[in-house]
Amino acid sequence: MPQCQIENSNSVRNYLSKEAFTQMKKVTTPLTDEVLAELNTGDEVLLTGVIYTARDAAHRRIVEAVNNGQPPPIDLHGQIIYYVGPTPPRPGEIIGSAGPTTAYRMDPFTPKMLELGVKACIGKGGRSKEVRDSFVENRAVYFGAIGGSGALLSGSITGVEVVAYEDLGPEAIRRLEVKDFPVIVVNDLHGNDLLEQGKEQWKR
Amino acid sequence: MREIQVSQITETIAQLSQQANFDLPEDVLEALKKARSKEEAPRAQKVLDMIVKNSEIAHEKQIALCQDTGTTVLFLELGQDVHLVGGDLYEALAEGVRLGYKQGFLRNSIVNQPFSARINTGDNTPPIVHTEIVPGQQLKLTILPKGGGCENMSRLSIMRPADGKQGIIDFTLRAIEESGGNPCPPLIVGVGVGGTAEHVMHLAKKSLLRKVGDHNPDPEVAELEEELLEQVNASGIGPQAWGGRSTALAVNIETHPTHITSLPVGVNLQCHSARLKTATL
Repeated sequence: MPQCQIENSNSVRNYLSKEAFTQMKKVTTPLTDEVLAELNTGDEVLLTGVIYTARDAAHRRIVEAVNNGQPPPIDLHGQIIYYVGPTPPRPGEIIGSAGPTTAYRMDPFTPKMLELGVKACIGKGGRSKEVRDSFVENRAVYFGAIGGSGALLSGSITGVEVVAYEDLGPEAIRRLEVKDFPVIVVNDLHGNDLLEQGKEQWKR
Repeated sequence: MREIQVSQITETIAQLSQQANFDLPEDVLEALKKARSKEEAPRAQKVLDMIVKNSEIAHEKQIALCQDTGTTVLFLELGQDVHLVGGDLYEALAEGVRLGYKQGFLRNSIVNQPFSARINTGDNTPPIVHTEIVPGQQLKLTILPKGGGCENMSRLSIMRPADGKQGIIDFTLRAIEESGGNPCPPLIVGVGVGGTAEHVMHLAKKSLLRKVGDHNPDPEVAELEEELLEQVNASGIGPQAWGGRSTALAVNIETHPTHITSLPVGVNLQCHSARLKTATL
């Protein structure tokens, strides 16, 4: 599939106030150890650069391939994995609705993905204790994006290319170019968890 | 006896599939805006703002509100004086889903062979169809595209009669606590009480067809809805489970008489992208 680029009309600059935009951390990929160390649970971040999509079926295939002694279909070193299966693009668009899917379904595969060099994942919902520990051990972070806001988030995606497992359709691995993609740090390098913190702070 | 061509049903389902996925129902949008105005947590306020903005973009660009365009759940109320002609009803419904999902650039999310090959059926069929025969000569079609994130958090418990009202409260709250951010709060919480194992889950799902803010006509049940909503929103879970007051927009409970030995309780959660659309032929 040829790569194409279009500037979307619903980029964050069109819906975030200037103040909100200024307050968010701007992070460019690839994630370095220095940048990762500065990310704290609760930080609102705008990601710019390259991220890769993978969800249930792609995770299964990657881990099976590696367990059988084969290389993963893409070099995962230093990469960010976005758990998403987008809707098909309308003519003239590069991608359809593209919000995060529930992350815990990837928990059985995540420690292996982190061992293979993945430095961050983007999804929605919480992670198991084992996976959270694995993020800390591998010096990687888990970002949350807003579930059910796929129409809005697609505006931060400026380039799309299917790079592996094309037969999986919406579950194929895509290389996405993103500009100011809004996420929040859920699990940081210190083992903090936004879900626990948020609930503790706001329960009555 | 009134005749309805099944081809008309196909066309209607194709349109409903798209409208439901592009336009959030007015009552849901209003409830989200109301939640935003009452929300105290700054982060939760931002999340709710972005959810409302998302609905505007989806409407404007006619793209899916959420990439998970769901299992297509259809509720039919078929008048007993209607004669369906021109083909098989269930094939006509499936064809409507096939067309609507293709024309609307919606995601095909249904796989065959659920525990093994999991091959995508390629057209989001088959839909899940619930048919009720009612008096009259009309056909009411309702589409509820149900996302996996919230559907996967469904619960069933066949309690003891002694567990009573407190049992229902504890079970429902536990379901929401343990689900955390997975079902995409703020939620509409569907609860079924009574009947049998399969019927109570149907009741829980059916309660999601209500407009946000409408209560069960039985005052005792309506009171339990209010009580549960207050407790859910005291949990602190908040939008996306990142903390806040807006964990649910509504708790809807449907009840049915049950066996002397039983107290079945079913929970079916609906995400904030509570897509629903109805047409009457």
